[in-house]
Amino acid sequence: MIAGAVGAAALIGVGEYTMITRNEMPTPVTGGVGGAFSLTRDNGAPFTERDLLGKPAMIYFGYTFCPEVCPTTLTHMSAWLRALGPAAADLQTVFVTIDPERDTAAKLKEYLSGFDPRIIGLTGTPAQIATIARDYKVYYKKVPLPGGSYTMDHSSFVYLMDAKGRLAALIEYGEKDSKAMAALHKLLRGKA
Amino acid sequence: MVKFLALAAAAAMLLAGGSAARAATARVGALSISAPWIRPTPPGAPTAAGYLNIANAGTTADRLVGATTPAAASVEVHEMSMTGGIMKMRPVPGGLAIPPGGKVALAPGSYHLMLIGPKHRLVAGQSVMMTLIFQHAGKLDVRFPVANGADGKAGAAAGTMTMGAMPAMGTKPARAAKP
Ligand SMILES: [Cu+2]
Repeated sequence: MIAGAVGAAALIGVGEYTMITRNEMPTPVTGGVGGAFSLTRDNGAPFTERDLLGKPAMIYFGYTFCPEVCPTTLTHMSAWLRALGPAAADLQTVFVTIDPERDTAAKLKEYLSGFDPRIIGLTGTPAQIATIARDYKVYYKKVPLPGGSYTMDHSSFVYLMDAKGRLAALIEYGEKDSKAMAALHKLLRGKA
Repeated sequence: MVKFLALAAAAAMLLAGGSAARAATARVGALSISAPWIRPTPPGAPTAAGYLNIANAGTTADRLVGATTPAAASVEVHEMSMTGGIMKMRPVPGGLAIPPGGKVALAPGSYHLMLIGPKHRLVAGQSVMMTLIFQHAGKLDVRFPVANGADGKAGAAAGTMTMGAMPAMGTKPARAAKP
């Protein structure tokens, strides 16, 4: 059912729900992932969906306060890029914060300097982040903690988008590197 | 005299068993700590995660209520969960129970010590001293190596590892070494 919603795409690591909306209740994907957005790059420059079109993209949504899932995923994405070799030149890789209040462009730039330099950090106003999260069916929720701080619940998939901005595959957290690499190779061959 | 001997015996036991944290196992009261490690942090990371195993050989429950470290502004006991692809993380209210005769693992995908506001970037090969605070057993100083895996091996820093040396993702404890 889920695979049908995105055509013959390679959906790997598919759980009960591959993606969810921002609503409280997880909802299966019904297609139509992606869309227009207006964000700010880690170097302060504007960045929109037009900057992604024309090349396949690997996109991850997370936040720098995340002590485990986000740094682990960014570490794997860095290794995948390296393992792709020259083929990685055809791929754009983006980390979108779902915590724009704390993750400023400067903060993202510093944080991402610990990973592959090809990973572009994106932030924006809370409204801009809400828009891209809605269109990419990313779940995220700010949860206040005792003491005035907060944590972010968020979905943990790596999105593979084709050159036309259509969802090609999702890589689930914990997926084997061999499967992730197979999905990336397929995407870059234009057969995803 | 009897009282003095008892105190002396207690002091000797402390010296032998627990006060000095060793890398392999550290003990306080009936609790023993093993395999402590902290995940390396990206530059400027506002948090870090520490992991360890706690065994309770006693007949009464205890509780890990918190920790302190000179390496971070504060430390909290947290639980992470992954359901339907959604990551959630919460403080554990009242601390983490260590049942009598039981073991608790603080491990990736589950409980961790959340270091908030690390004072510097944590790089593999370093170590961090933490004082664990238990409700009944009291305090215990433990040295946490900064490493990519639960086996405590120092790997490369985040983002500069080779494919074969990546930490495992998911709920199993990360392993640093794959040939
Ligand atoms: Cu935490």
